[in-house]
Order: sequence, then C-alpha cells, then structure tokens
Amino acid sequence: MELAIETRGLRKIFGKQEAVRGLDLAVRSGELFALLGPNGAGKTTTIRMLTTLLRPDGGTARVCGYDVVKEAGGVRARISVTGQYAALDESLTGRQNLMLFAGLYGYARKDAKRIADELLARFGLADAGGRTVGAYSGGMRRRLDLAVGLLPQPKVMFLDEPTTGLDPQSRRELRETVRGLKRQGMTVLLTTQYLEEADQLADRVGFIADGRLVAVGTPAELKARYGGKTLTVRLAEGADPAGVCRLLKEAFGLESRREEDGRIVKTSVRNAETAHAAVGALLGGRMEVEDFALGEPSLEEVYFALNQAYAKEAAV
Amino acid sequence: MNERHPAWLKAGSVRRRPGRWAAAALFTRRALHHLGNNAFGFAFEAVVSPIVMLLIFGFLFGGAMAGSVREYVRFLLPGILVLTVVPMTVASGTTLCTDMARGVYQRFRTMPFWQPAAVLGLVAADGVRYAAGVTAVLGAGWALGFRPAGGVSGTVQAVAYAIFFAWCVGWVFTWIGSIVKRPETVSGSSMMILYPLLFASSVLVDPSTMPRWLRVAVDANPISAAATLTRGLFHGTATAGELAAGIGAGLLFAAVFIPLTMYAYLRKQPG
Repeated sequence: MELAIETRGLRKIFGKQEAVRGLDLAVRSGELFALLGPNGAGKTTTIRMLTTLLRPDGGTARVCGYDVVKEAGGVRARISVTGQYAALDESLTGRQNLMLFAGLYGYARKDAKRIADELLARFGLADAGGRTVGAYSGGMRRRLDLAVGLLPQPKVMFLDEPTTGLDPQSRRELRETVRGLKRQGMTVLLTTQYLEEADQLADRVGFIADGRLVAVGTPAELKARYGGKTLTVRLAEGADPAGVCRLLKEAFGLESRREEDGRIVKTSVRNAETAHAAVGALLGGRMEVEDFALGEPSLEEVYFALNQAYAKEAAV
Repeated sequence: MNERHPAWLKAGSVRRRPGRWAAAALFTRRALHHLGNNAFGFAFEAVVSPIVMLLIFGFLFGGAMAGSVREYVRFLLPGILVLTVVPMTVASGTTLCTDMARGVYQRFRTMPFWQPAAVLGLVAADGVRYAAGVTAVLGAGWALGFRPAGGVSGTVQAVAYAIFFAWCVGWVFTWIGSIVKRPETVSGSSMMILYPLLFASSVLVDPSTMPRWLRVAVDANPISAAATLTRGLFHGTATAGELAAGIGAGLLFAAVFIPLTMYAYLRKQPG
C-alpha cells in the first residue's frame, strides 16, 4: 500500500515542553484520515511539521515520499493547507486573493481570471468577490480559504479544524466539499473537534494524546475496541448528580460525566447486564432518576475512554 | 462530471511554476492592489502630508531663515523630498510584520515558489508610493516658485536618487518588521529611529549655522548625506565627494539590511 504520509518517531520540543513525542503515523494514498485528540495534544504541531512550517526536533516525516526537511520543495509542490485561521490577505478582495495564489501556483493570467470566477461562483462568493476579505464573515473566509487550497490540485490536503466556529449550515456544506475532495482521489488529513464529523467522513481515525498516537483504526473498529454502550441517566430536578457519580464509581467502577445543567449523567458500560444492574442500584438508592437510555457506542465514547485511559497512565 | 477533473479547472489550464521574477512581480501586484484598495490612505500619505509639510516648514521658517518663502524653498524643497520619502519606507516593514503575524504567511511558506519573492515584490512596489510622494512635493514646490538651477536633468537625477535612497533605507524596517511580533512595534520603533535622524540633519537647516558639536553629529548622519546630495543634484552643484557619500550611505543600508531581512524572514518558524 502506497503511503501519502509517513512519520517515524516524530518529535517537536518547545522550550521544556515536548509537544510531539515520538509520533508514528501512516496515512494511505487516497485516504481521508482524521486526527483527533484534546487541545494541546499535538495535532496542529504535527500538521505544521508535515506542511514544512516547523522543523522537527527528531524522527522523520515524509509526504508523498518526500522528506519534509530535506525535500521541502517536493512536499510543497504536492500539498495544500487550510487552517483554523483562514490564511488569506485581508486587504485584498476575494478575487484578488484567488488571482494572487493562482499566479503563484503557476496558472497563466487568463486562466487565473476564469478559475477565480468559477471558484467564487462554486463557493457561493460570486457577489462578494469584489469586497475585501477583511469584511467577510467567518464562513465566507473559510470557503475562500478552501477554494485557494484547491488551486494547486494537491495530492495531499491538510485541513486543520476547517469547521471550527462555523454555523451548522456552513459546516454541512464544508463536509460535502471535503467528501468531494476524496472522490477526486485526494488524500486528506483532517483534524476536528466534532467527533461525529470524523465518524461520518473519515476512512480511518487516529487519536493523539500528549504527543503520541494512542489508537488508530476505522471508526467501526475503534468503537468495537474501546467504546462500550452509553448509559444516559436523566435526573429529576433537585436530585444529587454527584451522589449518582459516586454510587456508579463505588458499586461498579464506572467513570461518569455530567452534561448540560448537571442533570444528565453519562457513563460507558461494557454490556446491557451492567447497565441493568447500575440502573437498578440507582433506583434502589432513591436517586430520583427521571429517565434512562442505553445507546450504541459513538466515537465520543472512544474519545472519553482513551482520554481517561491516558490520564490514568500519566498519573502513574 | 469527471470527478478527477473538477469543473472549475477546464482542460487547457496549464500550470508552470513561476520563475523568481514572475513570483516577485505577483507580489508587486499584490502591494499595488493594497494601495488601490486603500486609495484614501494612500492619497493622504503620499500626496497630502508631504504638501502640508512643505507649506508648514516653508512659511514657518521661510521668513526667518532666508528672508522670503521663495528663497527658503530653494534650500528646503530637496530636504522635504528626503523628509517625505524616508518615513514612507516604514510601510513595507509594517506590511511584512502583519503578514508574518497572520495566517497568510503560513500559506506562503507552504507554497512552492521562490520565497524571497514575497519580500522583493513588496519592496519593489514601494517605488510607486515614493514616486507619488515625490511628484506631490515637486508640484507644490513649483507652485511656491521652486526653480532648480540644474533644470530638468538635475531634477530627474535628484528624484531618482531620492527614490534610490528610500529603497535602501526601507530594508531597515523590513528587517525590524521580520523580527518583531507586532506591527505597532514597527511603527513605534521607526519613529524613535527616524525623527532624531531626520531633524538632526541638513534636511531643514544649513549645518554651517549650527554649533560645532552638533555639526559633527549632523555631518555624520546618513540622512544629511542624502539631503545634501539631493540638493546638489537639483541645483547642479553636486561634488564627487557628495555623490560618493550620498550613494555610499544608501548602499551601506542595503548591504547590511537586505541580508538581515532575508535571513530573518526565511528562518522564522511560524509559531
């Protein structure tokens, strides 16, 4: 299998802080790979190294077979990056931005003009093309940023939290566009805070915790391996959520988390028997349970299970 | 629709990686778009403020220093030319710093073009701003009765030199712009550097009227060398020594600060 991205023992140190500590990553050609993990886990630092912006302090990284340090030019000719902060010139209009980057990517001027117009239309920016980007909304910037990212017809596209801060409608449109990239045969490395997004889009998912890749697999594999079923308990008003968490922990060893106004408690259980016993104990203990439900595992369960496992490891 | 070939990219759109100067030209165009998109700011900086400066100094000092405005303008105008273009050189540093503080620099750095083009193209476009400022000063000077003894050829030489000098000085600020974090720091520090140099020079006043200790400092100031040479070229009196000092001062700035700027710009790892 041909690899589009391959890192071995990749490291990056900022001062005393080791942001990436020996990362081994392999992304296949044509694959849509989602990198997940809490803030500060090293996702963005990894992407910056892969896109030649940061020099690794250890290990190796190759993109399309080119070393990111020794053959940065070869990497740059085959990638494009769309980040969480739109990388555009705010003092230029949308069309001027597209023209500038099209020129730098080597299109002749007359082609650049036509391509700029077509991309503006395709991303719903035809009317905004003559306005400076400084006056664009967040969603418009992100769309223009992605349009610029498409110009070089990259082999590998890096999307660093492309949907963060967008409204649900824009998010959905962007997801559609990302699917389109994959259909064109592009390799996509995506980071996101929206786990259901990774679940829907990604062929494979990798979890980063504290600068290391702790789990890799298809969403289905990961859910089968790490995610139990989710037991959701809804408490009556004036109930004692802390007491519920304590009871679940003491009687069943279950870690739980509170959501919304604290009246919803969620926990991952291995199987229906455990769930049944836990609910029985809560009801027997007069915990004022209003409602409960047992759900199929999602990537969210995987995420919390891995974070918890990692937190335990760090405490040892 | 063929998915492998998106609709926006029609057949026949050939990509050819831009050469060094083609890439720089794109950055020059970008800087010119910046001027066009901010036409009011550009007009104010390049046209209104130099004229105001000429009028203020001309009428404020003219009577006291040379007996008449017309007489003083003969001395003052070349100095005002330097006083106009030199502060204009700060803008490139500010732009560079703004770029580097924002995401757009990161995009540039992930692209396969000749990286120094981003800086060279920007600086090249400054010539347009300098030329606009120079034209405004010359027009206003003409109206106040400025008739240089060197005639057209002297004027052309003086203007060419003033723009050359500004280009050289600009590299000081592109360097500052590429090492500091905030664009405001560039404008702030530039004022601290420029104002003492501009006023403790032969721009506004003939050094022979100054006390000895000050004259030594003023004569050593590269801005004085530039003002003196500009004046000499306008009036056709430039000596070989003045030529060497004026051109040398410019080249010295360029020789020191072009490498420093390029090193800082290309080395920086966007945080």
